[in-house]
Amino acid sequence: MKKTDFKDNESLDELQAKNENNFFLTTVDSLINWGRSNSIWPLTFATSCCGIEMMAAGASRHDFARFGVEVYRASPRQADVIVVAGTIVNKMAPVLKRLYDQMADPKYVIAMGACAISGGPFYYNTYHVIKGVEHVIPVDVYIPGCPPRPEALLYGIMQLQRKIQTETLKNKYAKEDNSGYNQYDLKMDIKND
Amino acid sequence: MEQTTTKREDISSIDYQEFVINMGPQHPSTHGVLRLMLKLKGEIVEVVQPHCGYIHRGIEKMCEHITYPQTIHLTDRLDYLSAHMNNEAVCLLVENALQIEVPERVKYIRTILDELTRLASHQLWWCAFGMDMGALTTFFYGLRDREKILDIFEKTTGSRLIQSFNVPGGLMNDIHKDFQKEVKEFIKYFRKILPEYDQLLTGNVIFQQRTKDIGILTKEDAINFGVTGPSGRGSGFSCDVRKIAPYSAYPYVKFEEKLQTKGDTFSRYMVRMHEMWESMNILEQLIDNIPEGTHAVKMKPIIKLPEGEYYQRVEASRGEFGVHVISDGNKTPYRFKLRSPNFMNLSVMHHISRNHKIADLIAISGSLDLVIPDIDR
Repeated sequence: MKKTDFKDNESLDELQAKNENNFFLTTVDSLINWGRSNSIWPLTFATSCCGIEMMAAGASRHDFARFGVEVYRASPRQADVIVVAGTIVNKMAPVLKRLYDQMADPKYVIAMGACAISGGPFYYNTYHVIKGVEHVIPVDVYIPGCPPRPEALLYGIMQLQRKIQTETLKNKYAKEDNSGYNQYDLKMDIKND
Repeated sequence: MEQTTTKREDISSIDYQEFVINMGPQHPSTHGVLRLMLKLKGEIVEVVQPHCGYIHRGIEKMCEHITYPQTIHLTDRLDYLSAHMNNEAVCLLVENALQIEVPERVKYIRTILDELTRLASHQLWWCAFGMDMGALTTFFYGLRDREKILDIFEKTTGSRLIQSFNVPGGLMNDIHKDFQKEVKEFIKYFRKILPEYDQLLTGNVIFQQRTKDIGILTKEDAINFGVTGPSGRGSGFSCDVRKIAPYSAYPYVKFEEKLQTKGDTFSRYMVRMHEMWESMNILEQLIDNIPEGTHAVKMKPIIKLPEGEYYQRVEASRGEFGVHVISDGNKTPYRFKLRSPNFMNLSVMHHISRNHKIADLIAISGSLDLVIPDIDR
């Protein structure tokens, strides 16, 4: 799904209905998507402040296990989604890239907070910050805020679930193709302008 | 209960192969992106070498380009669990340098928010420390009560975690009209809940065996390495800035500096548990006596510090937080140096975890309560 395709949540439903597959494939799709979208397990990965709000989202009051984000996995091989919670600096970028590569397909990325989206408060006059985590790994959902409230993270998770619902077996690898990003290109070209 | 396996091991007689492993940067028990290079002999840690810089955000350098009121938005994000104290250090520095006396009301509100921040921070530490030990229940109990403090913050400051509520010359806004009532309600609630924390974790036999006699830091070492805050006080090092150099409304309140003498992981744990009680005592003394007045003095639109060097320290929830500013008379500082407590607390890591098992390293790093962006700055 291209970024430009997304207009509002209704457009996601339209996109889902537009899939011109045969009856068998549509049924299998909906079954697989139902399973995938309701068991997104995140990686325990938090670099700074947003991580605390991510913890709060997982704890008693907000409890995002309600949405199937059941447990944090410490190993990238068991995780489905990586929530980039916090600033990614130049030294951390190769580690993040490696973590993403170690995750098994299908994998998703949520950029949480201003730092992960664009560098945030550390954008101007700096030498150390990746100005947007999309320079390193492809991002599915952006959650603005500094730090975002846990409710915002919950909404981001729900948006990711809607996005997963639009996937079909037919264009399984559409994500990598459309973003114009080569997943297997290990040489990093981080633009820090 | 007999203490058996938790003493420091004598590794001279063991003939294991040496190997080096990395703990981190992505590891749930390092509380962030700390990377520890461990040299192991079997299961026993020989060398702990911390590698910093995975969240180096250049805050000191950035502060040289921005004005003093803008600085508070960056010092917030150093140690995000004691954001209010970090801001207070900058504000006090500017106010002292310009010889501005803030209203009594500001001092009281600052101190109340300080102590609320300390409570919230210690609650989160308690969650994380229990979780490091494998007790997942603490995570849910601690964060349940922490949300109540965050609600109070949100009503008054407009933000949950990073408040930016202190500005040079006072506060951003006045307090919410329900503030006093809600703080009192919270104290009443938390006084009832805190013994439950002790029942859950403190008396637990497994927990005690994993923490007692682990990572002993002597008083001399604490002073030599500059370990401050609850970690230093666990070794009997009297280092509470609230007592030594009182600021804001701390001269008006009576409280005890809780010290432990043994210096092991359990002592550091107990200091923090006692500090939660003391914070509530301080809050109770202040909350009914907030004087009337304005919430800020009028400052000049452009703040310029006179030429010279200034230093201001406050007690953040992890130790002494200091700001050292060299001013050349301009609206931006010439040099902005931060003395962050976590960096000093990390430096002692190798010293106290040598010859312990690798599982004890988790307990030690949890008891030091490291916040990584404060280390790397």
